Amino acid sequence: MEDKVCKCGNCKKDKFMEELFKKFEPEKDNLIQILNSVQEHYGYIPSRVQKEISEFLNISLAEIYGVITFYSRFALEPKGKYNIAICLGTACFVKGSEKIMDRAKERLKIEPGQTTSDGCFSLEETRCVGACGLAPVFTINGEVHGNATVKSLDNAIDEIVKKEKEEKV
Amino acid sequence: MKTILVCHGTGCTSSKSPAILENFNRIVKEKNLTDVKVMQTGCFGLCAKGPVVIIRPEDTFYAKVKPEDCEEIIQKHIIEDKRVERLLCKDVDGKLVEKLDEIEFYKKQKRIALKNCGSIDPEKIEDYLAVDGYKALEKVLKTMTQDEVIEEITKSGLRGRGGAGFPTGKKWLFTKNAEGTQKYVVCNADEGDPGAFMDRSILEGDPHSVIEAMMIAGYAVGANKGYIYVRAEYPIAVHRFQIAIDQAKERGILGKNVLGTDFEFDLSIRLGAGAFVCGEETALLESIEGRRGQPRLKPPFPANKGLWQCPTLINNVETYANIPKIILNGADWYSSIGTETSKGTKVFALGGNVKNIGLVEVPMGTTLREIVFDIGGGIPNGRKFKAAQTGGPSGGCIPVEYLDKPIDYESLKEIGSMMGSGGLIVMDDTKCMVNLAKFYLGFTVSESCGKCNPCRIGTKRMYEILEKLTNGEGTLEDIDKLERLAKTVAASSVCGLGQSAPNPVISTLKYFRDEFIEHAVEKKCRAHECKALAKIQVIPEKCKGCGLCQRKCPVQAIEGEGREVRHINEEKCIKCGTCLTSCPFKAIE
Repeated sequence: MEDKVCKCGNCKKDKFMEELFKKFEPEKDNLIQILNSVQEHYGYIPSRVQKEISEFLNISLAEIYGVITFYSRFALEPKGKYNIAICLGTACFVKGSEKIMDRAKERLKIEPGQTTSDGCFSLEETRCVGACGLAPVFTINGEVHGNATVKSLDNAIDEIVKKEKEEKV
Repeated sequence: MKTILVCHGTGCTSSKSPAILENFNRIVKEKNLTDVKVMQTGCFGLCAKGPVVIIRPEDTFYAKVKPEDCEEIIQKHIIEDKRVERLLCKDVDGKLVEKLDEIEFYKKQKRIALKNCGSIDPEKIEDYLAVDGYKALEKVLKTMTQDEVIEEITKSGLRGRGGAGFPTGKKWLFTKNAEGTQKYVVCNADEGDPGAFMDRSILEGDPHSVIEAMMIAGYAVGANKGYIYVRAEYPIAVHRFQIAIDQAKERGILGKNVLGTDFEFDLSIRLGAGAFVCGEETALLESIEGRRGQPRLKPPFPANKGLWQCPTLINNVETYANIPKIILNGADWYSSIGTETSKGTKVFALGGNVKNIGLVEVPMGTTLREIVFDIGGGIPNGRKFKAAQTGGPSGGCIPVEYLDKPIDYESLKEIGSMMGSGGLIVMDDTKCMVNLAKFYLGFTVSESCGKCNPCRIGTKRMYEILEKLTNGEGTLEDIDKLERLAKTVAASSVCGLGQSAPNPVISTLKYFRDEFIEHAVEKKCRAHECKALAKIQVIPEKCKGCGLCQRKCPVQAIEGEGREVRHINEEKCIKCGTCLTSCPFKAIE
């Protein structure tokens, strides 16, 4: 993940965070709002950013950590380049999304919440993305793949692997 | 003048409806068709047939449209005034149906909360104003007192659509009567029930109706600030709601001196961050205040001490969506729909093993049979109806014997389920009820906030027992223990999540006890879903020795040569089920 610290050398502050803090009053109830923006921008919540938030809102790091770990949207580790999220909502479950999850674990050799060692894939279980009409579904970096099967997951993974290989060459 | 409506709900959007919209716009421009308007709308409801395109004024309903079909639709439908028959729906007899309201799916529906979804452009306030938008607000501000508004809502019989069904008018009255100068209005759009998506559809398809209703509520209870708490997983809904707020501000509807009166109201969005428990009203308040979403003890109720300890009114999206219509059409009109105790309509998210997956809105008192078989089109693949589940992780299963029971708040409670937010998942006979109970409990275990012991530890222990059963290690004693534990958790948890968490277990135990006993005693799963209990064997009388299963088997667990009857080596078999589906003679069970 690219570190977006100002390169001028004089300031240690993160440019993105500086801009972000301008949008909010330093009030405690803005914590989740700020964390949401950080999560969206970085894909996770880096510890140095947690420190900056702590100073800005004048609340302890422990409290921030408590909030981050409570909500499943916030991550402490960066996600893979391709985040595969498999819906385990009821509609998808009834239509067999468990099998797709099993296959993903088998293919990527990781558990939900983990990232492959090369940083290419991460796996996630989500609850209902709201596309129940297309159940079962999985998403790759937010893009919905509907009426999913073990095969369509395989194809999607193969495609990414192929693309990555070509890029390396 | 023809209007082409392209559905832009989440379901259709993910199957490329933006490309369809783009193509239509391009072709209309190229062919210089000046009397054709192309627009995006919210969800039409029939998600299984998406992407959906409707052409007005004739109301032609085209299903499963692909971007490359646009050319043909314009040429044939718009220019030659014919129909593109291959994209029309068929009725039960295979006859083509052209119009939206002639389709089985829509015939028995009555749309009040979803009235504008799919018929207006949610990103244009003009469209909402054209269908009497903000008229109810004007009526309230200019001709009614606070008490008159509350009286009207009370008389209508509207009850909370988020789950428990508390009378809305009463909630408003409590908040109005509570002491305090600063009061708040909150909209609960943290739709966490996996399988329910009506709130999302309303926000995506008709965001202004929620803004209008929150303002009416604000006037009635004496609040000038509102928050809507939306799941961050609903980016389209959040985006459209923000546009709606901005447009309402521009027009002088939101802000100071609303519509030229003394009333002022401000509204902002708060994003949820993926915690099911935040759908519980006090946990939601904690989250808005920037903390971990752990429920507070009640009383005091939010009506007295809510956001920052000020009186706060919290209603769900669907509840709000009904308000403007009640104000405009009157309480008597609304209370004429529905049953004795449950008035109006309810939106259900119909999903699972049913043909027409989508959003349906029916009057209270409609039977499950009408919803599943008439509107939903029945069970696909020639399977049988086994049960329907309402209320998500807080609700219960409804077995086949209650198919003809009229659905309302009371009747569902009576049979051990609940209305909940309106998820309605249909299951066919390939579903194992023990596994289903485990699925729901697994959900509660991971979503329990951890504040109180019965929920944090109790649900975990219940889950472990269910795991034992599905692994073939359970005993009859375990079933009794499970039942006792379920009652304890229900009786002693702090909030609604814990109190209702055992419902899926209690109701499956009530109606499908023999399946639990089968798992414990015979170590058998009749639905063949529990892999650990599956015993796959070849029936010698049926096997023709074709060897197809052997070739398909990924672990070479099938033995036998030539035309011999095949045999499965249990030690090697991983119970993947590939041979089951590949055998052309159904000789493997």
